Amino acid sequence: MAFRTKKQYILSKGLDEYFKGVHSAWKFTGLFFKEVFKRPFHLREVINQSFEIGLKSLPLISLTGFIVGIVFTKQSRPSLEDFGATSWLPSLIGIAIVKALGPLVTALICAGKVGSGIGAELGSMKVTEQIDAMEVSAINPYKYLVVTRVLATTITIPVLALYCSFVALYGSYLNVHAEETSSMIAFYQSAFKTISFLDIFTSVTKSIVFGFTIGIVGTYKGFNATQGTRGVGRAANQAVVLAMFLIFIEEVLIVQVANWFRFF
Amino acid sequence: MKELHNIIHREETVISITGLHKSFGDLEVLRGVDFNLFRGENVAVLGKSGTGKSVLIKIIVGLLTRDQGEVIVLGQHIDQLVGKELDTLRLRIGFSFQSSALYDSMNVHQNLAFPLIMNRKTMSKAEIDFAVDEVLDSVGLANKNKQMPSDLSGGQRKRIGIARTLILKPEIMLYDEPTSGLDPITSAEIIDLINEVQERYNTSSVIITHDLTCAKNTANRIAMLHKGRFLKVGTFDEVFGSENEQVQGFFNYNFIR
Ligand SMILES: Nc1ncnc2c1ncn2[C@@H]1O[C@H](COP(=O)(O)OP(=O)(O)OP(=O)(O)O)[C@@H](O)[C@H]1O
Ligand SMILES: [Mg+2]
Repeated sequence: MAFRTKKQYILSKGLDEYFKGVHSAWKFTGLFFKEVFKRPFHLREVINQSFEIGLKSLPLISLTGFIVGIVFTKQSRPSLEDFGATSWLPSLIGIAIVKALGPLVTALICAGKVGSGIGAELGSMKVTEQIDAMEVSAINPYKYLVVTRVLATTITIPVLALYCSFVALYGSYLNVHAEETSSMIAFYQSAFKTISFLDIFTSVTKSIVFGFTIGIVGTYKGFNATQGTRGVGRAANQAVVLAMFLIFIEEVLIVQVANWFRFF
Repeated sequence: MKELHNIIHREETVISITGLHKSFGDLEVLRGVDFNLFRGENVAVLGKSGTGKSVLIKIIVGLLTRDQGEVIVLGQHIDQLVGKELDTLRLRIGFSFQSSALYDSMNVHQNLAFPLIMNRKTMSKAEIDFAVDEVLDSVGLANKNKQMPSDLSGGQRKRIGIARTLILKPEIMLYDEPTSGLDPITSAEIIDLINEVQERYNTSSVIITHDLTCAKNTANRIAMLHKGRFLKVGTFDEVFGSENEQVQGFFNYNFIR
């Protein structure tokens, strides 16, 4: 049997553990940048994961994007009508969707669907010692499981976000078309008229950051799952909550930084 | 079950542990373990649940780090190795998990091929398939290629787990409770398998077990882990012939109940 001895804490048990957690999360993230450029690259696994992530979230993103487009257009029309500015509708929708809604909606859906999936998958591999099994057969589990998944989310989520924006704009077009006759080309042209290169660039950057966040948070929570099957559920759950929280913070920060650039 | 006739090279130690200590937070698990394993030898490690048997072999493969003491495996301090050197050493050690730890997203064939695909880059697909079939045959599960781990019985999983470590042809095998949770007949088959592996691949092994039948039939020496130290190390008769209360307790418990 084992023996217990008293252990000293620097601040208090809770605080010590909190800071240790933050430190280990930083180290986990830092390791990604160290490992991502090293061989072997496991390209096939990256591609598999990307397809998996893309296909898994495609139906939900299509539906959500489409509905957001319709509803947003429908709700904005009366306010613009008050000012007699319904011709502005496409540009307003364009800005809202491409700059804000597309990336954010996609990221939140993927945090729920993909992030929790990664957290649960790696969490169950962790508690059933499959990750240890990789390590003892000289396979680097961080490279094989973490780097591949983080790359996959970082690549796939921006693509999904662009797709989501287009679907949302299409939904919006259908709504506009129902009220007044306008061609699709004309609609897309006026939707993109007020959007600059910087806007697209910011939007894509944002999606890349969101994708990276979802991947890292999911894998981190999975890798650190403890206490059997309960830990797997908790890893999946925490992966979603933490990823969403970070996505909101990043959204605010990136928009702020992009606004500074606008004045140059 | 047959007699053990492995050749032990007492002049060569493959695992040498001195003064090993390990704690988790304020829980002291190992408190000064000394242990040697000679080439070609099988040692069974016995001890109550929670005494740190799994922790001990996880330190030997470097899955856990030691707090104090010296752990030398195949002539190298395992805790000082990183990256490629650690991987090279690990390929010479086979670790069969208590829980089997099969990759549950892969079928049996993929489970066995995975370590080869990752580590033996020069092997062709045909060579890998051949190696997989060969090792499956040697654990007596020749036709299970396409099954998923979730469709296997506990004993079959144990064997696939052992097969997955054998496929890399290790010099040292570490078995974590190979017969736990199995019926006596399946246990006997696993015991035979361990001895066959020993003969065929000429490995040195550490076998963790609660099962005295397994210990008696696979091991040249028995080591009793108690309160974080080895209480008694010797042949089966030496250990269980001793008057020691703890050892006798373990022995009686195993046979009377
Ligand atoms: N990673 C870990 N973190 C914290 N505590 C651990 C860890 N691994 C093991 N322990 C603790 O160390 C002690 C010994 O565990 P170990 O798994 O080695 O026991 P064991 O002798 O293998 O028991 P069993 O026969 O039940 O498998 C236990 O009290 C366990 O709670
Ligand atoms: Mg154990």
